[in-house]
Amino acid sequence: MSNHVAVTVRVNGVDREIEVDPRATLTETLRDRLGLTGTKKGCDRGECGACTVLVNGRRVLSCMTLAVTAHGAEVTTVEGLSSGGELHPVQRAFLENDAFQCGFCTPGQVMSAVACIAEGHATSDDEIREWMSGNICRCAAYPQIVASVAKAAAELGGAAR
Amino acid sequence: MNTAVSTMEFLRPATLAEALETKAAHPEAVPLAGGTDLMVELNFDRRRPPALLDLTRITELAEWSEVDGHIRIGATVPYARIITELGSRLPGLAMAARTVGSPQIRNRGTLGGNLGSASPAGDGHPPLLAGHATVELASVRGSRRVPVDAFFLGPKRSVVEPDELVVAVRVPPATGPQQFAKVGPRNAMVIAVCAFALALHPENGTVGTGIGSAGPTPLRARDAEEFLAAELDWAGGRPLPEGVAERFGELVAAAARPIDDVRGTAAYRGHALAVLARRTLTWAWRDHTGRGSCG
Ligand SMILES: Cc1cc2nc3c(=O)[nH]c(=O)nc-3n(C[C@H](O)[C@H](O)[C@H](O)COP(=O)(O)OP(=O)(O)OC[C@H]3O[C@@H](n4cnc5c(N)ncnc54)[C@H](O)[C@@H]3O)c2cc1C
Ligand code: FES
Ligand code: FES
Repeated sequence: MSNHVAVTVRVNGVDREIEVDPRATLTETLRDRLGLTGTKKGCDRGECGACTVLVNGRRVLSCMTLAVTAHGAEVTTVEGLSSGGELHPVQRAFLENDAFQCGFCTPGQVMSAVACIAEGHATSDDEIREWMSGNICRCAAYPQIVASVAKAAAELGGAAR
Repeated sequence: MNTAVSTMEFLRPATLAEALETKAAHPEAVPLAGGTDLMVELNFDRRRPPALLDLTRITELAEWSEVDGHIRIGATVPYARIITELGSRLPGLAMAARTVGSPQIRNRGTLGGNLGSASPAGDGHPPLLAGHATVELASVRGSRRVPVDAFFLGPKRSVVEPDELVVAVRVPPATGPQQFAKVGPRNAMVIAVCAFALALHPENGTVGTGIGSAGPTPLRARDAEEFLAAELDWAGGRPLPEGVAERFGELVAAAARPIDDVRGTAAYRGHALAVLARRTLTWAWRDHTGRGSCG
């Protein structure tokens, strides 16, 4: 109803055309309109990082992003990381290191980690802690998360050690 | 959920000229840059603007350049780019930008949005004050430049008129050491208790300061600036005379007009500011004299 706006957005490599309420966040749109429920809504106010996705390759908070502003953009969610049934190295590292308990923060952690490594901000544990600071884990799996990011960085060649 | 139908128009200008025309026609339209302040208000229904004016498609606002010896930073350049692209020429601003929010917030948040919100706690403001920046505003009526120390009128109030947009910030490149420090949890999901920026301008023997979160607006500590400019041995680079850092700290604290709130008492803020002022001065002067002796 009302004044919906037509938006074309490429999500995980597939072009999607949708009509969205201009007030809808990208989090809600991914989850409720596109059925991509991997992206989580923790706080809806930019503080937890659970909703982190990549927009044009950069990590952003989908709760702080209106879906309308993603028009013409390329969005990658946690569902888009694996290829041909193969988990992304970051996903594999999280599994192997038990880097979660409840798992609620994990999609955001994983997306943030992918970007953190690509940015070249995963060259030491301290640097990883600093550059993963936008992702909160209430279960405090931080040591395992840092270890996972370091491991994936080494595998992806994003670590200078 | 509220069933009353309320709609929000979404205006997407492609150029700055178009944006200014749109703003003139819809002065009630709220500009949207990185959304890191605005979205909190929208998501929690604290604000229901009839229209949003999306600035993110306007490439003219998303670039920085050098103009008349100044760095002109477009209103929608995100903090992440200020840090990586301008860190060496605007070190004070880049230091402050590094403390904003989280990597995700810094990928989106902008100086234009910081100024647009005009919060006394905006971390971009102290280094802009210390660095003698000017804010470039534009409307269909024309453009004007406002020194940043005349930009803020009160808590969340500025000189921006309803038909105007913040277009850019102009900052002279650093000619001497610059520092920024803030008191608050390091993992910056929380607003600072107080912040302080210092810039030494050896080319004309002046000092710039900026205080954040300790008054109704970001502030300069003018008495402290004048005192320090007269005390420093700019040419000789002698160590700071006894008591100068302490007096500087006192004058900075005296310039603040802090209030008590949940993040700290006024007395604590004053104390913390004096400490930040002394500390940043010590770092900056060491930097200046170190540089002086090798060149
Ligand atoms: C989790 C979290 C942590 C944060 N931490 C910090 C911090 O440490 N330090 C800090 O300073 N801030 C912090 N912020 C606040 C915010 O990130 C900054 O104020 C940021 O600079 C806002 O920029 P933006 O582009 O996202 O603004 P937006 O949200 O897009 O806009 C903010 C306001 O400015 C107006 N506006 C935007 N652009 C213009 C323009 N060109 N002309 C006129 N008006 C304009 C908008 O209408 C709106 O009222 C934090 C926010 C969150 C959610
Ligand atoms: S849901 Fe977006 S940061 Fe918490
Ligand atoms: S695993 Fe539970 S919040 Fe991180």
